[in-house]
Amino acid sequence: MQPIKSDTRRAVTETDSAVSVRNVSKVYGDVQALKDLSLEFPRGELTSLLGPSGCGKTTLLKIIAGLLEPTSGQIEVNGAKVTGPGPDRSFVFQDFALLPWASVIRNVAFGLELRGVAKSEREAIAEKYIREVGLAGFEKKFPHQLSGGMRQRVGLARALSVNAQVLLLDEPFSAVDEQTRRKFQEDLLELVKTEKKTFIFVTHSIEEAVYVSDQIAILLPRPSRVSEIIRPSSFRDKSVDNIRRDPEYLDIVDRIWASLRSYVE
Amino acid sequence: MLKLLSALIVFGAWEIGGRIPVSYAFPTFIDSMAALARMTFDGSIFVAYAETLQPLVVGVLISAVVGIGLGLWIGLSKGFEWLFSPIFVVMQAAPLAALIPILVMVYGIGLTSKVFVVCIMAMPVIVLNTASAVRNTPASLKEMATSFLARDRDVLLKIILPAASPVIFSGLRLGVSAGFIGAILSELKITPTGVGDIITYSRSIADYPSMYAAIFSIILLAVIFLNLLEKLENVLFEGNNRGYAAD
Repeated sequence: MQPIKSDTRRAVTETDSAVSVRNVSKVYGDVQALKDLSLEFPRGELTSLLGPSGCGKTTLLKIIAGLLEPTSGQIEVNGAKVTGPGPDRSFVFQDFALLPWASVIRNVAFGLELRGVAKSEREAIAEKYIREVGLAGFEKKFPHQLSGGMRQRVGLARALSVNAQVLLLDEPFSAVDEQTRRKFQEDLLELVKTEKKTFIFVTHSIEEAVYVSDQIAILLPRPSRVSEIIRPSSFRDKSVDNIRRDPEYLDIVDRIWASLRSYVE
Repeated sequence: MLKLLSALIVFGAWEIGGRIPVSYAFPTFIDSMAALARMTFDGSIFVAYAETLQPLVVGVLISAVVGIGLGLWIGLSKGFEWLFSPIFVVMQAAPLAALIPILVMVYGIGLTSKVFVVCIMAMPVIVLNTASAVRNTPASLKEMATSFLARDRDVLLKIILPAASPVIFSGLRLGVSAGFIGAILSELKITPTGVGDIITYSRSIADYPSMYAAIFSIILLAVIFLNLLEKLENVLFEGNNRGYAAD
């Protein structure tokens, strides 16, 4: 039954993209960072952008976010062309980007504050997401009183609280330790299931990408292009404890390493 | 407690230095305090401060408002740093006492010249600190605000100003201290009025306790003022006294 189920899911998602990247190029001075890159991001799924450093994955993510402008090509989110940051996307930063002078609750509510939501309303929403990411009781703390992992939970809660359909995560777990990172990955799987949002996830960890993704886009550098799209099929619905020993999981990790090996200096 | 102890040590050393005596012109701490008490009771110190505080307050207010404004503008615009920064660096380094005669020639011996002296002393450090604080706002915080749909005004008020506030306030503290020096300097160099008059007059009649009492009172006032400024910072930007995340 399992393969049939994942096949039907594929048939549905291929016609329904939350984000479409069409022929995007980005040139910095005389460096071509992205060249004619096209990619579809299925709605309600998590897509990883995976590649060696310098392959332009963060650049692509920031172009989707509207923080950078593509030199040519265009991005569509739910059929609308991206011209800048919008309420349909929210961003989780690699370095957390928390306001050091603001409490956890104000940091989480900051996106709503910028949207002009009244204080009592936005704090109620923020409290809900602080609970959801497991930081209940830390509302009045300040970022320097939290560990790296907890800071990124604040960043995640901030991105969730604005209720954007698309979440953009730029190597969100690269600055936290290995154990925290594993917990994060499990929580992220849970989040994809419950939140019904589209996640775009940049990472340089092969295991992490295979573990959390519905779809993995392998980017190769200079100039950056999509070399392969991998859709794991058999272990996505297994429990978090069984994924890492699934034969398909191990095969995909090996296959990706084989294709990336020659690009790593 | 430690502050009290440090004050005791300084005053004790002053008292001993006055008793040796280090110099005929160096009174003891107790004599100076007695002179200060006498001036307080006969009211002459209040009359003096009513005079001295005018150029000081006006000059410090102008320096703070104009200085922070200019600093923000220089820090935010990429093109104007080359034009303005050198002016304030020169102002900061200029030997002010040598410039006072020129100011007097242009603005006379009244309040205007004295306000000018206070401003020249106080403004450069406020402008330069504000500009560099604004320029060093973490780029990732600005990017974060932009991605969450901040308008330019939000970025300025909710990111740049709070991020720059500790350095702006340290500029203000330095500026205010320099302003105090400027106010006294202008009273010594332009026309002897207020506290400057007490200093000049008591020295001329060799009443050194009164002279040191006046100097002591101006330092005391400056310390009180700087503490108030710190309180103001803690009220306006309560996150500043909570320390910063290292990364």
